[in-house]
Amino acid sequence: MSLNSEQIRAAVLAIVKRLAPEIDPAKIIADKPLRTQIDLDSMDWLNVLASIHEKLGIDIPETDYGKVQTLDSIVTYLAEKIPAAAQE
Amino acid sequence: MVPVIDTPMRPPLIRKSPVDSPSAANGTTFSWAQISRELALSTDSPINIAHLAVDRHAHSAHADKAAFRFLGADGSRRNLSYRELGNLTDRFGNALKALGVQKGDCVFVLCGRIVELYVAVLGALKIGAVVSPLFQSFGPEPIRNRISQAAGKVLVTTASAYQHKVAALRPELPSLRHVLLIDDLGTGAIADTLELPVLMRAAPDTPALVPTGPEDPALLHFTSGTTGQPKGATHVHSAVLTHYATARTALDLHPDDVFWCTADPGWVTGTSYGIIAPLVLGATSIVDEVDFDPLRWIHILESERVNVWYTAPTAIRLLMKAGPELFADHRFPDLRFIASVGEALNPEAVWWGLDVLGQPIHDNWWQSETGGIMIANTAAQDIKPGSMGRPLPGIAAHVVRHQAGAPVTIIGTPDTVGELALETGWPSMFRGYLDQPVRYRDCFAGNLYLTGDLVRRDADGYYWFVGRSDDVIKSSGHLIGSFEVESVLMEHPAVAEAGVIGKPDALAGELIKAFVVLKSDIAPDENLRLELMAHARRRLGAAVAPKEIAFAPSLPHTRSGKIMRRLLKTRELGLPEGDNSTLA
Repeated sequence: MSLNSEQIRAAVLAIVKRLAPEIDPAKIIADKPLRTQIDLDSMDWLNVLASIHEKLGIDIPETDYGKVQTLDSIVTYLAEKIPAAAQE
Repeated sequence: MVPVIDTPMRPPLIRKSPVDSPSAANGTTFSWAQISRELALSTDSPINIAHLAVDRHAHSAHADKAAFRFLGADGSRRNLSYRELGNLTDRFGNALKALGVQKGDCVFVLCGRIVELYVAVLGALKIGAVVSPLFQSFGPEPIRNRISQAAGKVLVTTASAYQHKVAALRPELPSLRHVLLIDDLGTGAIADTLELPVLMRAAPDTPALVPTGPEDPALLHFTSGTTGQPKGATHVHSAVLTHYATARTALDLHPDDVFWCTADPGWVTGTSYGIIAPLVLGATSIVDEVDFDPLRWIHILESERVNVWYTAPTAIRLLMKAGPELFADHRFPDLRFIASVGEALNPEAVWWGLDVLGQPIHDNWWQSETGGIMIANTAAQDIKPGSMGRPLPGIAAHVVRHQAGAPVTIIGTPDTVGELALETGWPSMFRGYLDQPVRYRDCFAGNLYLTGDLVRRDADGYYWFVGRSDDVIKSSGHLIGSFEVESVLMEHPAVAEAGVIGKPDALAGELIKAFVVLKSDIAPDENLRLELMAHARRRLGAAVAPKEIAFAPSLPHTRSGKIMRRLLKTRELGLPEGDNSTLA
C-alpha cells in the first residue's frame, strides 16, 4: 500500500467520522489530543485502532498508545509504518 | 477475544493464610454501633460526611499528609493535603452560602477528575447540600434529565462542558440558579454563569460546616432501570459508616496506604470509594485525570507505589488483552490488595492478577442503591475465582424466590438460583428514588431489599452472579437503561420505534445495540444510519449512545404492547426463540 501523509490523514479522519459521525472533521485541531476534542470512550478508541488495522494494515500496539494522541501524531506514526509513504 | 494465559487446570480456590491479613482476623464482633464509636459519634450526634472525611484530619496531627495526589494529563503531579482540602472545601461551602444555597438544595458537578470536582463535592456536603456528580461524558439529554428531576440549583462545570452541553439547555432548566465555571478555555466570563475562582477568592475559609443529622440527604446517584427515566437514588449522611467500614473489611485499606480507585465520581464507585471512603480512613488517594491507558496505568501502579487498587473488569480485560509482555519490566512490590467491581469478574482475570501483578483480584458486589460494598472476596478469606465472595460483616444476604403475584420466600438450598436480597438496616442503604415512591416501595418485601440480580449461593456461603432479573444493560460496568436510549432515538423524525439491548462483548461485557424501525415512507440506508448514530451520540454522549444501530422492519411486542427486548437479544445471539431462559 502506498499512501502519502495527506491520504493517511484523510483515511484516519474517515475512520473517526464513521465511528463518531457527529463530528466536523474541519474543526479538529491536528496538534491537540483527539480524545479531548471528540467524545470517544475506551470502546470507541479501540474501534478506531481496529479500523486503522483493517483499512491501513497497521497494528498499533498498546505500548505505542502514547505516540498516537493527536491527529498529527497518528499520521506521522502511520507514515513511518507504511513503507512507501515517505516519498510524498 | 481476550487472550488467556495458558493455565489449563487452575484450582477452584485461592487459599489465604492468616498472615495475609493480620488486621482482618482480630476476632472482635462487628456492629454498626461500634463503627460509630470508632468515629467518635454518639447515636444522636450530628454527622456529616465531609466533616468526617476532611475536617477531622485537617485539624489533626496528620493535617499535612496528602489526601489526594492529582496526576494531570500534562504529566503534572500535585499533592493536596488534608489541611489544604479543609481550607478549599470551607471556601467553597462559604461561596455556596453567599449565593443563598441552603441545606437540602441540590448541587450538580460535571467535570473531569480535577481538583475542583473533589472540592465542590466535599464543600457542598459540608453545608448540607445534596450532591450529585455527573459523568463527564454524558451528553445534553442525560444532563438535562438528571438536573431537572432533582430541581438542581447549582451546577459546577467547566467552560468547555458548559458551552458544548449545557448553555443551550438553560431555558429548560428553570431550577438552575447558578452555574459556577472552571475556566478551562481561557475565555473569561460567560453570560449567565459565575466564575468559580472569583467566588473562591472572595469566600472566607472560616468553618463552613452546617450541622446535619444521620438521616439528612447527602448524595444523589442516578441509576437506570428497564422502564422509565433514570432513578435518583438518595443517600444520607450516615452512609459514611458503611464507606468507612467497608474500606477496611472489603478493600483492606489502612491509613498509611496509597489507594487508587480508578472509577470516575460520575458513577457511584467513584464517589463512595474514589472520594469518601479513603478520606474518612485518612489514606492518600491517587486521582488520574486521564482515562484508561495501559502503559500509563502500569506506570502509576509502579511509580506511585499503590498499595490498594480498586478497578473494574473492563479495564482488567483491556490490560489482559495488551499481553503480559507489557508488564515484563515492571515490578509492583507495594501492591498488597486488588479489588474489582462493576460486573462479575471472570476467573481468568483473578488468576491473571496473581500471575502478572503478584496479587489475585478480589471481586466484590454492590450497586447504587446499596451505597457501598455488600458482598466481597476479602483479604482474610480464600478466593473462589468467579464468585463475588461472601457478605461483609454487618450485611445479611439471602437468595429469594421472587415472582409476580407470589410472596417472596427465602431459598435455603445451596446452589439454587434466585434473586439476591439484603436485610435492610445497613447505613448506606438508599432512602428513596427521587419522586418515585412506588418504585422505591417495589424494591422491598418486608425487611428485605430486592436487588434485581440473580445469584446462587454455594454450600460455603459464596455468592455467584447469574444474571439480571430485568433487561438493564451493563456496559463497561455501568448500568444503562434501554428506555433512556430508545427515547432519544425516537426523537429523530425518521424513527417510528426503537428497541435497545445489551449485546455481549468480550471486553465491555455488553455493548449497546439499537434496533430501529423507520417511519413507513422512509427507506433505510447507510447515511441515515450514520445520521442516527450522530444524533444519539450528540444527545446522549459516547458512554450511553449505541455502538451499533440496525434497521428492523418491526419489533416484537408483548400483548400489552411492550417491546420484547429479550426476544431481540435472543435473535441477536442466534438462539432458538423459545429459549429465553439463559437471558435472565
